[in-house]
Amino acid sequence: METQTVYIPKLMPKEEFFMPGHRACIGCGEALALRLVCKALGSNVIVVNATGCMEIVSSQMPYTSWAVPWIHTLFENTAAVASGIEAGIKSLNSKSKKSLEGVKVVAVAGDGATADIGIQALSGALERGHDFLYICLDNEAYMNTGIQRSSATPFGAHTTTSPAGKVSMGQFTWKKNLPAIVAAHNVPYVATACPSYFKDMMTKLQKAASIKGPTYVHILSVCPTGWRCATDITVKIGRLAVQTGMFPIYEIENGKYKLNMDIPQLRPVNEYLKLQGRFRHLSDDMIKKIQERVTEDYARLKERAA
Amino acid sequence: MSTKTGIEVSIAIGEVVKLTDADVIAAYPITPQTHIVEHLAELVSNGELNAQFIPVESEHSAMSACLGSAAVGARTFTATAGQGLELMHEVLYVASAMRLPIVMAVANRALSAPLSVWGDHSDVMATRDTGWIQIFTENGQEVIDNTLCAFRMAEDKRVLLPVMVHLDGFHLSHMIEPMLLPSQEEVDRFLPPNQYPLPLDPSKPLAMGDFGPPIVYTEAKWAQEYNLLNSRSTILEVWKEFSKVFGRNYSPVECYRCEGCKVLLFTMGSFSETAMSAIDNLRNQGIDVGLVRLRLWRPFPFAEVRNAFKDAEVLITLDRALSAGGPGGPVSSEIKSALYPLEKRPKVVSFVGGLGGRDINVSGFEEMVKRGIEISKTGSSKEYEAFGVRE
Ligand SMILES: Cc1ncc(C[n+]2csc(CCOP(=O)(O)OP(=O)(O)O)c2C)c(N)n1
Ligand code: SF4
Ligand SMILES: [Mg+2]
Repeated sequence: METQTVYIPKLMPKEEFFMPGHRACIGCGEALALRLVCKALGSNVIVVNATGCMEIVSSQMPYTSWAVPWIHTLFENTAAVASGIEAGIKSLNSKSKKSLEGVKVVAVAGDGATADIGIQALSGALERGHDFLYICLDNEAYMNTGIQRSSATPFGAHTTTSPAGKVSMGQFTWKKNLPAIVAAHNVPYVATACPSYFKDMMTKLQKAASIKGPTYVHILSVCPTGWRCATDITVKIGRLAVQTGMFPIYEIENGKYKLNMDIPQLRPVNEYLKLQGRFRHLSDDMIKKIQERVTEDYARLKERAA
Repeated sequence: MSTKTGIEVSIAIGEVVKLTDADVIAAYPITPQTHIVEHLAELVSNGELNAQFIPVESEHSAMSACLGSAAVGARTFTATAGQGLELMHEVLYVASAMRLPIVMAVANRALSAPLSVWGDHSDVMATRDTGWIQIFTENGQEVIDNTLCAFRMAEDKRVLLPVMVHLDGFHLSHMIEPMLLPSQEEVDRFLPPNQYPLPLDPSKPLAMGDFGPPIVYTEAKWAQEYNLLNSRSTILEVWKEFSKVFGRNYSPVECYRCEGCKVLLFTMGSFSETAMSAIDNLRNQGIDVGLVRLRLWRPFPFAEVRNAFKDAEVLITLDRALSAGGPGGPVSSEIKSALYPLEKRPKVVSFVGGLGGRDINVSGFEEMVKRGIEISKTGSSKEYEAFGVRE
C-alpha cells in the first residue's frame, strides 16, 4: 500500500468540501481524515457533527469550513439527529414535497461522542435501520475538553483523567471494541480505517455510503496534542498502529469479517508506543502485557476473517 | 364543516396532527402521553397519515430527531410528559435557539421522586426558560384548537420557533369529551404548507449550529429573545385567523366574571374549569370574585396580565408546581414581578397545590378564595400557602 502514495494523490478528487482555514492543531489526524472523508463522499450529503474537536475547529461563528450542508446540535445525539434528517428526507420525498433523492446522511463524531455518551443514540439509530453512514473519528480520548480518558482510550495511556501516577499506570481498561458492538446490531457494513492508508479508507467510505441502511466506519485519527507526539509523524504513527496490530484495519460485511491488510509478522508494539508521550511511563512489564494482548486479539481477528 | 364527536383528548390530538399532514413524528412513550403517540403510530401504520414515525429509544433522541427533521423542512410533531420532558431538557434549548419549528404536546406530569405519573406543572416550569412558545389549555377543544394553531405559529416565517401545548395529564389527556373536530378542508384553509426558509439541502449548502464565541453569543441570544418577544403579534394574529375559520376565540389571558371584582382568582390549565364553577357558587354566596386564566405562558403576556389585575385589590393565585426553597409558585412570582412596577397593585396571596395529581374540587377552590381573602386582611408570615397538605 505504501508504494501507492506516489501516484494515488494524482487520482484523488481535487474538489474540497472541508475547507482550509479551520483551527485544528498542526498534524491533526482528525482534520486529515475529515478532509478525505469529504473528498470521498462528494457533495450530495448532509453532515451531522457531534460536539468535539472537529465541530469546534470548523465552525466558529461567523465562519465555517464546510462546503456541504452541515448541522451541529449537541454532544451525544448525533445519531438521533441523523435519524430525524433521514426520516425527514424520506417523508418529503415520498410526498413529493421536496426532491432530495440520493442524499446521504453522514454522522461524524468522536470516540467519546460515540463509545460513551452517545452510544445509546447510536444503538437506537442502528437498530431502527436508518439509511445513514456513521463515522467515528477515534483519537482515543476526549480531546476537545483537554485529553480526558474515554472507553476507547488504550490500556496504559496517560490522559488527564487516567493519569500515570505513583500508584497507577494510566488507563486501567482495555479499548472498547466499538466496531464489534456496532456489528452486533446486524448492520450491513462496518469497517475500520486510518487516513495513513487513505486509499483503503476512501474506498471503504464510498462503499459504506453506497450501501442502503446503517453503515459504520471507525477511523483511527492520530492526535499529536493528546498523544504527545511530534506533529510531523501523524501518518507514520497511523501506519505503525496498523502494522503493530494495535489498530487492525478490516471490514465486517453482513457479519463477515475481512482483514484488508494482512500482516504476517506484526511489528513490536513498542515501535508504536515509544513515539508517544502518553505511553512514556510504561514499564517493560506493561509493554509486555500490551504486546500479549495485541498478539492474542490479532490472532482472534485473523481466525474470524479466515 | 367540523364534526361534533365524543372522543378522548389524546386521540383527538392524533387526529388533528393527521389533518396537518405532518411529515415526521419522533416520540418515546411515557404516561400520560402514551395515547397520543400510540394513536399516531396507528394512523401511520394504517396509511391514514403518510409520515415517518420514528420510535426512538429515549426522549433525548426524540427531540434530537425532531431537530433533524425540522432542519430539512419536514413538519415535525412529538409529545411527552414529566420525566420525558426533563430528559429532553438540553435539547429544548437547541430547538428554539436554532429556530426549528417543532410542535410538542406535553401531558403535564409531576416529577420524581417519589415517582408519580399524575398531573401537575413541575415539568412545565422546569422548561420555562427554554425559549419555546408555551400555551396552557383547559379542555379538549382548546387542546386540539391550539395544537392546530401551534403549527401555524411555529412555522410562520416571522416566528420559526418551537411550540409546546400543555394539557394536564389525565385530567385532560384521558378525558373523553364532546369536541368539534375540524375537517380537512378547514385545516387546509387555515394552515399553509410548511416552507422552512433555510433547510439543509445539498443544492444550497449551509451550516447550522456553529459555535458562538463570546463576541457573538450575547447578540445571538438577544436576537433569539427579540424574536420570541416579537412572536407575540403573530400568535395573536394566528388566534384571530383561527377564529375567522372556526369561530372560537383565544387570547393570552382570559377572564371569567371579572368585571368590577375587587378579588380575583388566578389559575392555568384544566383546573380553571373547576375554578369557574367555584366562582359561580361564590357569587351566589355574595362574594364578589372573578377568575383570570393564563393561556399564553411564553412569551409572557405582561400587558394583558397588568390590564386584567389593574382594578383588583386582592389576587389569589394557584400554582401546580413548587419553586423549591423559593418564593412559592413560579407563575405567581412572575405575576408579582409583572405587577411590581404599577403604582396601584393588588395584594397577592399565593397558593401551591394540586401536586402529583391531587385534585382540587369546587369546594376546594371556594375554600381557597375564602382563605385568600382572610389572609389578605390579616397578612401572613409565609411567602406562600400550601393548599390541601395533610399535617
Ligand atoms: C452533555 C455534555 N457533556 C459534556 C460535554 C463536554 N464535551 C464537549 S466535547 C467533549 C469531548 C469530545 O470527545 P470526543 O467525542 O472523543 O471528540 P474529540 O474532541 O476527541 O474529537 C466533551 C466531554 C458536552 N458538550 N455535553
Ligand atoms: S486536539 Fe487533537 S484531534 Fe483535536 S484538533 Fe488538536 S490534534 Fe486534532
Ligand atoms: Mg476523541
